[in-house]
Amino acid sequence: MDAYDKQLEEEIPDFEEHAPGKHGAFDISATVSSVKIHGWKQVSGILAVAIVILGGLELLIRLFHVPEFVFPAPSATFKALVTSFPNNYPHFLITLGELVAGYVVGASIGLVLAAVLTQVPYLEKVITPYILLLICTPTLALVPLLMLKLGFNIWPRIIAVSLASGPMVMINSVTGFRRTDLAKIALAKSYGATTFQIFRKIRFPLALPMIIVGLLVGGIFGLITAVGSDMVGGKMGLGNKISYYSSLARMAHFFAIIILVAIIGISIWILFSRVGKKWASWTE
Amino acid sequence: MDDVIDVQKVSKVYASERGPVHAIDRFSMKVREGDFVAIVGPSGCGKTTLLWGLTGLHPFNGGRAYILGEEVNKPRKEVGIIFQQSNLLPWRNIYQNVSFPLEIMKENVAEHEERIKELLDGVELTGFENHFPRELSGGMQQRVSIVRALSYDPKILLMDEPFGALDAYTRDEMDTLLLGIWKKTQKTIAFVTHRIEEAVYLANKVYVMTPRPGTNSAVFDIDLPRPRPEGITMEQKYFEIVAEIKRRIVKDVEKQKEEGVYQSQAYSTVT
Repeated sequence: MDAYDKQLEEEIPDFEEHAPGKHGAFDISATVSSVKIHGWKQVSGILAVAIVILGGLELLIRLFHVPEFVFPAPSATFKALVTSFPNNYPHFLITLGELVAGYVVGASIGLVLAAVLTQVPYLEKVITPYILLLICTPTLALVPLLMLKLGFNIWPRIIAVSLASGPMVMINSVTGFRRTDLAKIALAKSYGATTFQIFRKIRFPLALPMIIVGLLVGGIFGLITAVGSDMVGGKMGLGNKISYYSSLARMAHFFAIIILVAIIGISIWILFSRVGKKWASWTE
Repeated sequence: MDDVIDVQKVSKVYASERGPVHAIDRFSMKVREGDFVAIVGPSGCGKTTLLWGLTGLHPFNGGRAYILGEEVNKPRKEVGIIFQQSNLLPWRNIYQNVSFPLEIMKENVAEHEERIKELLDGVELTGFENHFPRELSGGMQQRVSIVRALSYDPKILLMDEPFGALDAYTRDEMDTLLLGIWKKTQKTIAFVTHRIEEAVYLANKVYVMTPRPGTNSAVFDIDLPRPRPEGITMEQKYFEIVAEIKRRIVKDVEKQKEEGVYQSQAYSTVT
């Protein structure tokens, strides 16, 4: 055990929590914590809006005989969703598989990198520009290159997904780990906590709300990239079906695929808002 | 061995962006076993720096400090510190907060359950074990932090303006509560505060620190009977002692002003 904590050694005692900005650069914590729907009044209101939009759309399309290739009626889209589901299911699984595999790899690397780099300020400063470069460069653009190297299979897509989600997880987690609270570190240290104990019991819980936000944003970015790289090449995946149906102007089937993609996206959001409520509700 | 705390001319200088900050300068103090000592002085005179140093949280630049005869160079199980703010961990409930020190020390928390419950009962917090800090008032939170410090039964309690953030009435109640705990547990207590009234009510001995850099100004033996009922704070003798200490502090400030070295906290950006 080090005799003195490096941070405590030279700092003037301080009882304020310091976070770079109150939250991170990619703060969407509002969407994680503040949407709470209570009671039949709110639920029925939301349902009413859906009925008005879908019903109105259906009515207008039938009234003016709008052909399917211009805009499909909601009923036609629903029918296509049900009838083509057996056909679409394998593609759904492939896109989901790309997303999960790429995300697990990318998010884990991002999280570990964030935890390690924030402990070594010099390394953090050296690595961060490259992470920003990865965030600002759409990794989709790399897919054709990856395909030349790895072939028209699932691997280029998995790599693209992890390159898209990993940096998102990392940059948000870094913001979380940079939250320091000298008094809380001093507290743990006064009981003789080791550097690892301070990390596990103080720094990590302090960072957790931002990590969860990062995992959510990373998941959504991963989904975008998975669907996008399906479009770029190959003959499988939901993205591929989107280009296929739109090229045939079969818009009802096209929208059916969009709904499948949206289901994945909404599931990601629900998953992490649940996780946030369970593990980071103390920030509210 | 009588002096459980023995501070010999300790100094601490912080390197800040605006140049060095001399927090304390050759401060000395001795505390006997079971004694209750208060340290008073204007804000920013290095009282927190002294306690953090005694806890082994940061090193002094000069001088030596001994706790139970051993030089301080790291935190020790015999010392418990209570901070300016309750400093509770918001993601842990009250029971988990109170048992946090035991967890860090790798003790089996379940074995201490009965003692912890007793301690919580002693500060009237039974039934709040599963509450979270944000659900408690400031006074309750600070009571939790006292129980947390007592949870591993340290011989010495270092208290850093523990009730400074509370309102005046809650503060008085907490002072009385603390005297009760001191009597019952027989701990050695070093209590830092900027409130002279509080120091005189609580302590056997009051060390006065000068404005920054904090150094020894005077020591007052508080010749008030024990046990001290709250009514003692309305008696002539109590007021006289408080006034005497106040005069001393005013004099220190005047002297520093004359020498042109006084840094008023009212205008300072560095704490």
